[in-house]
Amino acid sequence: MCVTLIGCSDGPLNNPYAASSSSEAVFYDSFRERPKHLDPVSSYSENEARFNSQIYEPVVQYHYLKRPYELTPLTAVALPEPTYFDPSGQQLAADAAQEDVQETVYRIQIQPGIMYQPHPAFARNENNGFQYHTLTAADLEHRATLADFELTGSRELVAEDYVYQIKRLVHPHLHSPIAGLMGKYIKGLPELSTRVAADEHANDSFVDLRAYDFAGAKAVDRYTYEIRLTQKYPQFRYWLAMPFFAPVPWEADAFYNQPGMKARNISLDWYPIGTGPYMLAENNPNRRMVLVKNPNFRGELYPTTGAADDASNGLLASADQRMPFIDVAHYSLEKEAIPGWTKFLQGYYDASSILSDSFDQAIQFNPQGEAQLTNVMREKGINLVTAVTTSISYLGFNMVDNVVGGDTERARKLRRAISIAIDYEELISIFANGRGVPAQGPIPPGIFGQIGGPEGINPYVYEWRDGHPVRKSVAAARELLSEAGYPDGRDAESGEQLTLYFETVSSGPGSKAMLNWYRKQFDKLGIQLVIRATDYNRFQEKIRKGSAQIFGWGWNADYPDPENFLFLLYGPNAKVASQGENAVNYQNPRFDELFVRMRSMSDGSERQELINDMTEILRRDSPWVWGFHPTGYTLYHDWYGNVKPNLMARNTLKYKTIDAQLRERKRGQWNDAVVWPVAALFVVLLISALPAWRTYVARQRAAAR
Amino acid sequence: MIAYIIRRLAYAVPILLGVNVITFVLFFVVNSPDDMARLHLGNKHVTATAIEKWKSERGYDKPLLFNEAQSSSERFTDTIFYRNTVKLFLFDFGQSDSGRDIGYDISQRMWPSLAITLPVFVLGLLLTITIALAIAFFRGTYIDSWAVVICVAMMSISGLFYIIGGQFLIGKMLRLVPISGYDVGFSAIKFLALPVLIGVIGGLGHGTRWYRTIFLEEINRDYVRTARAKGLSEKMVLYGHVLRNALIPILTGVVVVLPSLFLGSLITEAFFGIPGLGSYTIEAIQSQDFAIVRAMVFLGSVLYIIGLVLTDISYTMVDPRVRLN
Repeated sequence: MCVTLIGCSDGPLNNPYAASSSSEAVFYDSFRERPKHLDPVSSYSENEARFNSQIYEPVVQYHYLKRPYELTPLTAVALPEPTYFDPSGQQLAADAAQEDVQETVYRIQIQPGIMYQPHPAFARNENNGFQYHTLTAADLEHRATLADFELTGSRELVAEDYVYQIKRLVHPHLHSPIAGLMGKYIKGLPELSTRVAADEHANDSFVDLRAYDFAGAKAVDRYTYEIRLTQKYPQFRYWLAMPFFAPVPWEADAFYNQPGMKARNISLDWYPIGTGPYMLAENNPNRRMVLVKNPNFRGELYPTTGAADDASNGLLASADQRMPFIDVAHYSLEKEAIPGWTKFLQGYYDASSILSDSFDQAIQFNPQGEAQLTNVMREKGINLVTAVTTSISYLGFNMVDNVVGGDTERARKLRRAISIAIDYEELISIFANGRGVPAQGPIPPGIFGQIGGPEGINPYVYEWRDGHPVRKSVAAARELLSEAGYPDGRDAESGEQLTLYFETVSSGPGSKAMLNWYRKQFDKLGIQLVIRATDYNRFQEKIRKGSAQIFGWGWNADYPDPENFLFLLYGPNAKVASQGENAVNYQNPRFDELFVRMRSMSDGSERQELINDMTEILRRDSPWVWGFHPTGYTLYHDWYGNVKPNLMARNTLKYKTIDAQLRERKRGQWNDAVVWPVAALFVVLLISALPAWRTYVARQRAAAR
Repeated sequence: MIAYIIRRLAYAVPILLGVNVITFVLFFVVNSPDDMARLHLGNKHVTATAIEKWKSERGYDKPLLFNEAQSSSERFTDTIFYRNTVKLFLFDFGQSDSGRDIGYDISQRMWPSLAITLPVFVLGLLLTITIALAIAFFRGTYIDSWAVVICVAMMSISGLFYIIGGQFLIGKMLRLVPISGYDVGFSAIKFLALPVLIGVIGGLGHGTRWYRTIFLEEINRDYVRTARAKGLSEKMVLYGHVLRNALIPILTGVVVVLPSLFLGSLITEAFFGIPGLGSYTIEAIQSQDFAIVRAMVFLGSVLYIIGLVLTDISYTMVDPRVRLN
C-alpha cells in the first residue's frame, strides 16, 4: 500500500489536494457545519454567509479596513440616503423626529455594466428565446446537476433585480426569516404576501413576482430603484448590506421553478447565481465547497485608506489593485477539530481557529496578560489576529418570575448580588482560555454607544482600581442579598435556603464542569442552584412561556448599531407577550421611551447621552448578568495576506492574497514522509513470526513421523 | 425456498409498520411540528405566521395519528403518520424537510460509505479468520496464550483511540497519507488507506478471538480426528474441514451485516471527512428533519431484514442438512 501511495504521488504523500493546484492562488479552508440555504432570501447563518457573501452583491458593504464599521457602496453609485416625508407628503429634514415621519424613501442608483456570472438560466437559443426555460421531462432525464446544462449566458444587473428580491421576501415557499420583521417597515409588504399566497397554487410553479405592483419597492429606471418604508428606520441601511437585499434575476426563479427541477435538487438554494467576485463551482456540503472567480466580475479596487495602523501592518500594500486576488477557494468539510488543526499545521489550510485542546500549543500569555504566539507557531511563520466579537453571552433573569423577576427593590438587589457573585473573569479564564472580555452592559466594544475606561464600567458590579475594572467583593454581594431579605442566602421570614433554578441545554459530561462552577458561584451567597438540564425544544418552550427562572442566552450582532442590542430589552419585544427577542421579558417604561427616541437618531453626542441613560437603567435593574463578549482568535500562515478581522463583513475573500510559491515550499519542508518506521515494523513482525514458523515446521515434521 | 422467502418478506411488513410507529412516536414525543419549524426557519425573528406556513407546506399542520375533524377512513389517512408512512412502503422516500430529494442524497452518499466499509469488511474477515485459524493451529502453546492476551488488549481499546492514534501516528508523525479528506476514482486510495487500515486493525482483536473460539470448538470434534487419522496435513484439516464446518456460526454474524454496509460508519466518516451516509441520520435528528429520520430508519430495518433472510439462505448453501420451509 505504501509503495502504491508513493508511486501515485508527485508531491508530499499527505497532500489532500490535487498536485496541479499546489502552485495556483487557491485558498484552502474548512467548514464544520454544512450550509442549509444558499438562496439569499432564506440564508441567515454564519456558515452560509461565508459562501453567499462572495457570490451575491447587495448595494452596500462594510469597509474592509476602517473602524468603527462603516458602510461603503458596493454596486450602488453612492451610499443610499433616506428621505423623510410627513403625512402631507412634504419632505422633512434629515434629523426629523420619528413621530413626524410618515414615509421614508431610499432612492438607490446602481452602477451600469455589472454582469451576472455565466448561468444556464440566461442561456439563449437561436431565436433569442431562453434555452432552458421550457424544459420537458425528456430534457431533464439525463440532467442531475447544473453542470449538465451545456449552455450558459449572462446579462447586465438592473435595478429591477433588487426589487424582485425584495418581493421574494414574502414568497410563501421561500420562508424568509426576516419577512415578518420587514413587514413592519417596508410599505405594502404584508399585503403583497397575501396576494402572492393567494395566487400560489402548485409547489413547483413559477410565480412571476415582476407582475405584482408593490408600493414598497419600485424600479424607477434601468439603474435606479426606490424602497419605501412606513416609518423612520435608520438601521435599514445595514439591512441593505445583507444578502436578503442582494439582487436575484427573475430568470433564476423561472429556470429553477420548472417541473422536475426540485425533484433533482436543482434549485437556487443549491446553485446560487450572483454578480460577485466568485461563483460556486462545486456544492457538495458533505465533502467540499469550491468557489471560483466569476469571469464576468467587473473588478473592484482594493481600498486605499484604512484604520490608523493598517499601512504599517502592510494592509494597504494592495491599495488600488484590482480584486479578487485569489483564483479558487476550496472549503473542505471537517466535522472533527483534530484533523482540521493538524492539516493547518501541515500547511493544508491557510487559516484556522484555535482548539481548546491545542490552545497551549499555540498561545501563551505575557506578563501583561496579552496573548502571544508560542515559539513553535512563530517558527512556522504563523500569525495571530484577535478581535472582540460583536456579540454577548449573558445570563438572563426571567423578569416575570416571582423570585428573581419584577420591579421591586428586593428582586433588583437579589439580581445585583448574583451579578457580583458570578465571577466572569474566572469563567473566561477557565472555560474560554482567556478569550473574552467581561461585559459592562449590553453593547459590545466596537459598537457606537459602548464606552471604555472608568466611565464605562458597571458601577453596580465593578469598581475602578489601578486603571482596571475590579469586580466587587463577595461581601458586598452578601450585603446586597441581606438587604434583599435573604441574609446568608436564607429567606429572612421563613428561614429557608433560597433555591434558584438554572435552565440549560448543556447536559453532557463536557458541560458538567461549567455547571458545577455556576453552582459554586451561587453557593458563595448561600444560594442553592438547581440545574435543570433539558433538550433544546423544551428549553425554547420554557423561554417562550416564561417558565424558566435563570438561563444562559446570547446574541450576535446583525449590524453595528446599539439598537441591535438594546432592542433585546425593549418591552414590546417581550418573549411571553409578543414572542419577540426580549427573552427575559424586561419591561421598563422609561427605558422603552428612551429606546424609541434613540433608535431613530443618528450617531452623535445626543444619542450617546440617551444610550448612557438607558444603560444606567439596565445596570440598575440588572435583568441580565451581563456576561462577556467572546474574543475570536484566528491563526493564519504567512503566505496568506491582507488579513484583518472584520466582524460585520462576510465578503472578505476578495481582499485576501495567497503567495502560492511560499506555501508550496513550506508544505514541502513540513511534510516529508517518514517511511522507515513502516519498514522497521515489517521487520519486527517477521522476527516475531519466526518462533511460530519454527513451531509450525516442528509440528509438520512430527506429524510426518 | 422461494415460498419461504416470500413468507419471510411478508412477515417483514408488520415489522416495518411497527418500526415506523415506534420511530414516529419517539420522534414526536421529543419534537413537535412547531419545534421543527422553528429549527428550520432559524431562531431570529421567526413569526407565528411563518411557522404555520412552514407546517402547512409540509403537511405538519395535520393531527399526528387521528384526525377527528374528518370522517370515515380520512380520520386515519389525513394525518401526519399516514401521509409519511405509505410512500415509504413503495420506497418513495420523498423530500427532506429542507427540500432535498432523499433518495438522491442516499444514492450519492452510500458509495463513499461502501468505499470504507466494504474493504474493511472483506479484509477484516479474511485477516481475522486467517489469524484465528493460525492461533487454533498453535493452540495450547505460548503463541496461543500471547495471541489471546493481545486480542483481549486490542478489543479493550476504544475504536476512537484507534482512529485518533492512527491519525496521529500515520497522518501526523509519519505523514504517509492525508489525515482526512476524500476524492473519487483512483485518487481516493490515499484517503481510504488510513481509515481502512484502522478499521481492519480495530476489529482484529474481537474478530480473531471470536473465530478462534469457534474453531477450537470445531477442532475437537470427531470428524477432525478422523481427518487427521486419514493422514491429512494440519493445513488441510484446518482449511478443508474445520473452516467449512465453522461457517454456520461465522455466517450468522457476517451475512446479516452485509446489507447494512451501505449505511456507513458515523465516527470513521466524521473523523476522516468521508462524505458517506454514516452521519446522515444523526444530522437529520439534530436538525429535526423527520422525513430523513423515518426514511433512514425504514431503510435500516429493510436492510436488516434482508440480511436475516440472506443469512438463512446462506445456511442452506454451506450445510446441505438445512432446509428452508
